[in-house]
Amino acid sequence: MNYEYKLYEPTWCPGCGNYMIRTALKMALEGLGIEPHEAVIVSGIGQAAKMPHYIKINGFNGLHGRAIPPAIGIKLSNKNLKVIVESGDGDSYGEGGNHFIHGIRRNIDIAHFVHNNQIYGLTKGQASPTTAMGHKTTLQYDGVKIEPIQPLALALTMGAGFVARGFSGDIQRLVSLMKEAINYKGYALVDILQPCVVWNKVNTFSWYRDRVYYLPDDYDYTNKKEAMEKALEFGDRIPIGILYKVEKETYGDKFDFIKKGLPLVDRELNPLDAEKLMNEFI
Amino acid sequence: MAIRERLSGNEAVAYAMKQINPDVVAAFPITPSTEIPQYFSAYVANGEVNTEFIPVESEHSAMSACIGAQAAGGRAMTATSANGLALMWEMLYIASGARLPIVMACVNRALSGPINIHNDHSDSMGARDSGWIQLYSESSQEAYDNMLMAHRIAEHPDVLLPVMVCQDGFITSHAIENIELLEDEKVKEFVGEYKPAHYLLNKENPIAIGPLDHFTHYFEHKRQQAEAMRNAKKVILEVADEFYKLTGRKYGYFEEYKTDDAEVCIVVLNSTAGTAKFVVDKMREEGKKVGLVKPRVFRPFPAPEIAGALARFKAVAVMDKADSFNAAGGPLFTEITSAVLAHGATGPKFINYIYGLGGRDVKADDIEFIYNKLLEIAAPGKVDSIYNYIGVRE
Repeated sequence: MNYEYKLYEPTWCPGCGNYMIRTALKMALEGLGIEPHEAVIVSGIGQAAKMPHYIKINGFNGLHGRAIPPAIGIKLSNKNLKVIVESGDGDSYGEGGNHFIHGIRRNIDIAHFVHNNQIYGLTKGQASPTTAMGHKTTLQYDGVKIEPIQPLALALTMGAGFVARGFSGDIQRLVSLMKEAINYKGYALVDILQPCVVWNKVNTFSWYRDRVYYLPDDYDYTNKKEAMEKALEFGDRIPIGILYKVEKETYGDKFDFIKKGLPLVDRELNPLDAEKLMNEFI
Repeated sequence: MAIRERLSGNEAVAYAMKQINPDVVAAFPITPSTEIPQYFSAYVANGEVNTEFIPVESEHSAMSACIGAQAAGGRAMTATSANGLALMWEMLYIASGARLPIVMACVNRALSGPINIHNDHSDSMGARDSGWIQLYSESSQEAYDNMLMAHRIAEHPDVLLPVMVCQDGFITSHAIENIELLEDEKVKEFVGEYKPAHYLLNKENPIAIGPLDHFTHYFEHKRQQAEAMRNAKKVILEVADEFYKLTGRKYGYFEEYKTDDAEVCIVVLNSTAGTAKFVVDKMREEGKKVGLVKPRVFRPFPAPEIAGALARFKAVAVMDKADSFNAAGGPLFTEITSAVLAHGATGPKFINYIYGLGGRDVKADDIEFIYNKLLEIAAPGKVDSIYNYIGVRE
């Protein structure tokens, strides 16, 4: 271990899944030997999005739903940084839904850890984009009337090269999923199921624990058709693990000026070089 | 007989919305206005209103849904704060430009970044030129009253502009105060039915809303919009007069507090006016001639009236709970000083204090400090600093 990540006292409720996800993140970063100056956590607004406040690392805390665009900017300007987006289901799939979709299309080399508790925790219990139909909330008294997002299926149809699902109740497996996602070259989605102990009395810790199962060792994660079937499996049984993983050319690798040489942030700009080019036309 | 109650600002606004019983409410949760749609959704669930409530996925969608509903001839309402209002920005202009009299409760909160959930006026001040009428409220009573008057102003055929009713996040929205409510029937009668002259899906008169408007007509439409804002000045007073007859509560463009013989005056919006009144009372007991002007209507801006009211003081401090970052004072200060200049009031000396950003507490001592500064200027002294900040570490 090169570095031990320092943690700060959070304002999450006792028993919140965020504690386990933070522990897993710390273990993944330490396990990969990534030091705080080599990585950045980008987040939006929400309970999950408070993550940069509670772990000592480079952090950028922006607006609700808007974590992906600054993460893209950070990665393109400094390709040496490990860029991790930590945000919730509301942040990533609701207000940030458009960025989620187009971020996948762009395939920037970032890891996206979505804390999915199927509820809005920060604003106290309204339905999120992943709340099930019929689920009664503090706002939807008669139950949710609209279909939930299927994030993994959506990511697959958008062409994501790394699609996984984790569970905050199993740290060891979550750590290995996070490591795989961080090391993956391209956009990597890990949808992490977690209980919200105060605002979601339906999808509780035991609700998830009783339903999750691990994809078998012989599961072929390069088979997109099978991955799609697993991605849509969200009911009595919920598969956990890497559903889909293939190599894809990243956005940065499509451009020689980004791919080759120093990160853009470390390059010296010399306007006199432009003069040489201009002279050719004179 | 009025109903005596104890309600927070958010409860008062939600209650007003229940009594108004609009056709559509579309909203997205954001602190500190979250409670308004939350209370309202309970009214929907209990069958106490006939409203179609749409829990949308963003504030942009909330305003868009209100625009659609209002364009189709319905009465639409929403509530938001801070970045929720900021995310509505481009739609605010669609609402006012299409002349759709939507009513919104804006629970004032500081804009990011960095993120802050507490009160200042950077959100609604940022939207001050979006073509919305803006009413400010010192207390939950005023927030309630302004909500009841809002539709009458907005839907008047000479106006047809959206209205934003502002109150201070947490300070007013979450503090429980004594309040007098009107009976449902009286509200129903006062607010009345919404009968738009033009709306979508009218088979007698199909119309298009928002199509391409080039240089041949755009300017005329904007000129009409400007005229509507001027007309709103008259309508705001007419509605206030009718409301006074109904409730005994008097509203104008601004409230003057102990200004009759005052030499110096503070101008401040919303809940801080309450703190300032406490200071005025205290300093009056000490024989100091201090007064207060609290604007209620910021859009349309009552320029000649406020310039006339301030002309008699020796020194005036305008307190802004938002910074314009223009190196020349906050938004209320620049509006007021330009009004004073344009309307020829040369008497008073003006200073500006930016205060309370991001919910920084403004204390009675701070306001007393400003009054003492004004008394020094009036002594007569000179203005050594026009643009000032109070309550900040520098």
